[in-house]
Amino acid sequence: MSHRAGRARALLSEGKRSERRLGLWLSAPAMIIMVAVTGWPIIYSFLLSLQRNDLRFPQDQVWIGLDNYGTVLASPYWWNAFWVTILITVVSVAVELVLGMLLAIVMYRTLVGKGLVRTVMLIPYGIVTVAAAYGWKYAWTPGTGWLANLLPAGSAPLTERGPAIAIIIVAEIWKTTPFMALLLMAGLAVVPEELLRAASMDGASRRQRFVRVTLPLMKPAILVALLFRTLDAFRIFDNIYVLTNGAQDTSSVSITAYHNLIGGLNLGIGSTMSVLILITVAIIAFIFIKMFGAAAPGGDGR
Amino acid sequence: MKARWALVDLVVLVYALVPVLWIVSLSFKDPSTFTDGSFVPTRWTWANYSGIFRNDDFTRGLINSIGIGLISTFVAILFGTMAAYAVARLTFPGKKVLVGFSLLIAMFPQISLVTPLFQIERGLGLFNTWLGLILPYITFALPLTIYTLSAFFREIPWELEKAAKMDGATPFQAFRQVIAPLAAPGMVTTAILAFITCWNDFLFAISLTSSNAARTAPATISFFTGSSQFEDPTGSISAAAVVITAPIVIFVLFFQRRIVAGLTSGAVKG
Amino acid sequence: MAEIVLDGVTKRYPDGTTAVDRFDLRIADHEFVILVGPSGCGKSTTLNMIAGLEDITEGELRIDGARVNEKAPRDRDIAMVFQSYALYPHMTVRENIAFPLKLAKLAKTEIDAKVEHAADLLDLKPHLDRRPANLSGGQRQRVAMGRAIVRSPKAFLMDEPLSNLDAKLRVQMRTSISRLQKNLGTTTVYVTHDQTEAMTLGDRIVIMRSGLIQQVGAPQELYDHPANLFVAGFIGSPSMNFLPAEVSEGGLRTGIGTIPLGDRVRRAMATRRVPGEVIVGLRPEAFQDAALAGDPGHGGTFTDSVDILESMGSEKLAYFTLESGAAQSEHLAEVARDAGADDVPGVVQIVAQLDPKSAAREGRPMKIWFDSDAVHLFDPKSGSNLTEV
Repeated sequence: MSHRAGRARALLSEGKRSERRLGLWLSAPAMIIMVAVTGWPIIYSFLLSLQRNDLRFPQDQVWIGLDNYGTVLASPYWWNAFWVTILITVVSVAVELVLGMLLAIVMYRTLVGKGLVRTVMLIPYGIVTVAAAYGWKYAWTPGTGWLANLLPAGSAPLTERGPAIAIIIVAEIWKTTPFMALLLMAGLAVVPEELLRAASMDGASRRQRFVRVTLPLMKPAILVALLFRTLDAFRIFDNIYVLTNGAQDTSSVSITAYHNLIGGLNLGIGSTMSVLILITVAIIAFIFIKMFGAAAPGGDGR
Repeated sequence: MKARWALVDLVVLVYALVPVLWIVSLSFKDPSTFTDGSFVPTRWTWANYSGIFRNDDFTRGLINSIGIGLISTFVAILFGTMAAYAVARLTFPGKKVLVGFSLLIAMFPQISLVTPLFQIERGLGLFNTWLGLILPYITFALPLTIYTLSAFFREIPWELEKAAKMDGATPFQAFRQVIAPLAAPGMVTTAILAFITCWNDFLFAISLTSSNAARTAPATISFFTGSSQFEDPTGSISAAAVVITAPIVIFVLFFQRRIVAGLTSGAVKG
Repeated sequence: MAEIVLDGVTKRYPDGTTAVDRFDLRIADHEFVILVGPSGCGKSTTLNMIAGLEDITEGELRIDGARVNEKAPRDRDIAMVFQSYALYPHMTVRENIAFPLKLAKLAKTEIDAKVEHAADLLDLKPHLDRRPANLSGGQRQRVAMGRAIVRSPKAFLMDEPLSNLDAKLRVQMRTSISRLQKNLGTTTVYVTHDQTEAMTLGDRIVIMRSGLIQQVGAPQELYDHPANLFVAGFIGSPSMNFLPAEVSEGGLRTGIGTIPLGDRVRRAMATRRVPGEVIVGLRPEAFQDAALAGDPGHGGTFTDSVDILESMGSEKLAYFTLESGAAQSEHLAEVARDAGADDVPGVVQIVAQLDPKSAAREGRPMKIWFDSDAVHLFDPKSGSNLTEV
């Protein structure tokens, strides 16, 4: 009796077992590539950060423990870049959220030329960042640029720290607002039309409907958009490289790390910065997920 | 009512197009007029375009971009579709790990990968090769691919597979004759999104290449110095910028609905 | 055409829940069997096990004498019609119906002939080259049926195929399904939650609840001789009235007065132990307007004011509310829950089906006669019908 039940138990999970096998086989290639290309390099990067390793002096490699970290964290260049990055991140994400929401509403609800608006908005999303960056650079270059020439004569905004950062922020916002808008539009689309109609019947004005019905229901979408855009903004590189290449203390952390690595060929310091950047990003993500309980895609929100 | 929306639309159009039109305009400006600062060219010329196409580096860069982009996209779609199907349909151990890991990579700062890859690829002889860029491109395209495709797969009703089973299909026949045709549009969209991601990359391209053997177009542009040391590269750069933007604009024009559907996980279908 | 036997078939999930418990049934060749019950009773799970879409935990499933527990759906030669129809959206109607034949690698001419024949039977000829998205609900349902019949399988399995149709269409489709099955003579197992469908379509009905079979029998059999409280309350619309009662020498003391002991009740009390407190069951048609009933002798009367009156044209339904002092049975509460009705504690509602000529008026008192021979007695603890042998 129990032997028969045992056979039945083994047979019943045959279907489940082959499903599990299939699942593992299908996801293996993707998993292997992702792990292989990031796994070892991250570990290697950490190891490099513990060495004095400068490609210009290859015979000078030595394990120095956490000394690099000391050097970097004591360096004004690093902290400069760090705060500039934070500034750019906070300002651009904040503006993008508002602008993106407005844009999402337009893309979703406009009565005229919906297709046209959506198509056109995808262009900043799709355009090569560097290409757009050159456009902005030339626009603000005195003489060449139509924007520069709107300013009082003699001002070269890209050569001054404050204005340069402002320009970088504008370039970032211009490029990535459409993506934010698309994520938010997904959230908008999920709000059931019936709820809005019910609110209407209950006497809510358009503004009230938006604030009291739409926004709360969009919370998960907003949080996901915020999370990804914040992390994206922190990694800013392309726009700064083209616009100022970090001159006048406008570097972001990625630019500084790049300069040390490829420019200075200093693997040790470059790796240290990379690891610090990675840690910062992890902390930001952690804060987001903890503080806001963000239902990231892939969580149980599915 | 419509008039108000039309006005708003106009603002949006201006927002999106003015910077683009500026670069286009620059690319047609006669080099002697570069410093006149006007938005519209006062003197038109094709010289900037003919110049860049005579430039070996640039044409090579285009070829690299296209080749590397297509190969990376193809592999990312292949692996991504398989993984997305597994994630959307099956239960298996490690599913959460897969999803979590793709999320991690989506949030990963690329510079942190550039540093070790720079050294590792030089050691492996992958530096300045197509493969050297293809591998990180695939890796960074996979999270997007898996996410978008699993959303598409989830749209296909489960019962269709059951019905196919009852109709006498093997799992492979069910996939090929029922699932695949329904997933095909989603795969096209995802391929476009993945290609845009690869085409757009700059950091890896400038860090992991040293010559036009593997340098992609965006990176090539940043190395432009004009046809001679004394010539202002503004024209060449603008023309090149327009050239590498054109394909993307065409994609977007033809596939807007699909792209919007893909990026909004199917919530907005046009 | 085949005989299907379920021998102690059980479905248990890894977390311990039992969806289907020791299901025993022998379905004869050509028979139309209905599995009916409230949601969660296990009827769809049973159907899926017959189909092969779910594994059988214990017990044996035999088709034409051969054990098929381990066989994949495609090897069992049975066809299924899904609640949502599951039509392939990217194929035309013709391709949808032809799909199973294509998979079986039949010759093209044969496939075409069979598809035409099925389309003829189901009146789908004008729609053969359209896509499911362009069809109405009823047409889609017929395409789903077409896909099932075209293979001439050993048996049809149908999972609530009419639930997604509107009321009128459902009635139409019921008769055409019935006609089709008689025409083709294929063994059919049909799942529904609607007792009307069950009563009208089946040769035999299997009533399920919480994974267990409550009763198996022909529709009239279940109606006249329900084995327990649940079956009595489930079959028949409007459903049977239940009244808590005290057994006494003079009769059954209930909220509508003392019911004299009829023959059936006396026989029950003689052959088995009847508890002091029972539940009396009386179908709405056991009542009549006293003014029109005359005095047939074997009944009683009560007077109450009509709460609500529903005029159906062919009959009148009068609702009365009684205060009830006796405690409600657990079973009654569960039956109410299963039926989706929320009982107001301490109140019992009686539905009486009256002749359309009755002068009943809402809010006015009425004298109602009831047939004490039609009384069923149920044990309040086990729910079993004490008046059935």
